[in-house]
Amino acid sequence: MATDSVQQTIEAVYQSESRRVLATLIRLLGDFDAAEEALHDAFRAALEQWPRDGVPSNARAWLVSAGRFKAIDAARRQKRFDALDDLGEKADVPVIDTAAWADEQSVEDDQLRLIFTCCHPALAPDAQVALTLREVCGLTTEEIARAFLTPAPTLAQRIVRAKGKIRDARIPYEVPARAELPERLDAVLRVIYLVFNEGYAASSGQHVTRHDLSSEAIRLGRLLAELLPEAEAKGLLALMLLHDSRRAARSSADGELILLEDQDRSLWNRDQIEEGTRLVEEALGSGEAGPYAIQAAIAAVHAGAVTTAATDWDEIVGLYGVLLGLTPSPVVELNRAVAIAMRDGPAAGVAIIDAILARGDLRDYRLAHAARAELCRRLGRTSDARTSFERALALTRQEPERRLLERRLAELSK
Amino acid sequence: MKYLCLVYLEKDKLHAVPDRECMACGNSFRDRGVLLAAEPLEPTDTATTVRVRNGKTYITDGPFAETKEQLAGFYLLDARDLNEAIQMATKIPPAREGSIEVRPVRELVP
Repeated sequence: MATDSVQQTIEAVYQSESRRVLATLIRLLGDFDAAEEALHDAFRAALEQWPRDGVPSNARAWLVSAGRFKAIDAARRQKRFDALDDLGEKADVPVIDTAAWADEQSVEDDQLRLIFTCCHPALAPDAQVALTLREVCGLTTEEIARAFLTPAPTLAQRIVRAKGKIRDARIPYEVPARAELPERLDAVLRVIYLVFNEGYAASSGQHVTRHDLSSEAIRLGRLLAELLPEAEAKGLLALMLLHDSRRAARSSADGELILLEDQDRSLWNRDQIEEGTRLVEEALGSGEAGPYAIQAAIAAVHAGAVTTAATDWDEIVGLYGVLLGLTPSPVVELNRAVAIAMRDGPAAGVAIIDAILARGDLRDYRLAHAARAELCRRLGRTSDARTSFERALALTRQEPERRLLERRLAELSK
Repeated sequence: MKYLCLVYLEKDKLHAVPDRECMACGNSFRDRGVLLAAEPLEPTDTATTVRVRNGKTYITDGPFAETKEQLAGFYLLDARDLNEAIQMATKIPPAREGSIEVRPVRELVP
């Protein structure tokens, strides 16, 4: 094989296998940093040997084996037994059957172990996000820092600290037992959804969306749903796909935000809608649908409607009712109020929103004021609409959202 | 691996959990063979802080910093990993009144 094409093969193998090899190396070596170093050594060895000896039939097993050997060798030579305390013993254990490393099941388990360890609740939430993107997705520290508008040294520090805690407090590298699974899975789903939202509705900054993070979250969600086909894992993947399907319609060419009812629905991504809808049906059919699956079901109803008017608002009101039962929150109440306004007319919605605001909830939540403003405008209550738009404007931190609210305010004066 | 579970409580909650419950908890840890040591503490107003600077001893009344919650006791436990230590910490009765800080014990480097 020509050297160039071997190098291309190695690059492709790196793309598809490096995270899996890392996940297995962490298990074998018991240390994140040692595993990362071993991963690099393994690929360096591949670059030397594959052009000469040919690409091995099981590249993944070869890389794991090479990485493990390099780590043991390095530990022996540098006598860094402090960092790899029980590696000395492992080095003398007869070489484990290579087939066991290549076995699909154990590789999948290693990937799940890595995900659950990175999203361990004993780690700070922002560290969980950073560590997951770094270790599971293979993003560089600089890429993560840029995506979260955080200085790279701060982010690097966060990752170092999290790895230190995993090592020193001995956070186990394992998939939680069945009894703990729902709670631990929630933590993983929260991290993935947070990454998605940061990409989809960037909380600050110039643009409406940051594409890379959303795609990364969908990739993660897909991986999780494949490895662990629980209803909520499917529900979250469906939710992300259905939201993401509207990406092209969600902002104009000049970066302005377009609301759901004004979107050109022909721009919605049909493949994502189809996949998302299928996953929603699977999740609901399992009888174990949780908040993500219900939210996905709501998004699926929107996705299936040709216009705002043709939307099955009664179904959406019902689904928000179910969601409210699962996770009572004023934000869900607000969303339900908007759906009721669409079904029964704006006055019904305003009455509910006013009741929520009167309770003291959501007073500083920009979308509560924006929704109230919009409904008041439709009722011809211009001065109420103006007050609420102004309140929403004062609370928003996102540029496109600010411009949208300013346009709405200007239209009121016409 | 050893973990020190530090029990923190607000002053007015130091006696919120009956002693017999704490004894039962300690006994159940002992029966499982995971208890290395456990003691409750008198309140911080009985504490004395000692420092040695340049060979001179400085003694002050009370703890160094006033915080809302104070150290009320500890359990030194032997656990497989952090998950098991957290699991054990949830069984310590004052966890429902205050909080338990779970700290891995560091090995001294000779």
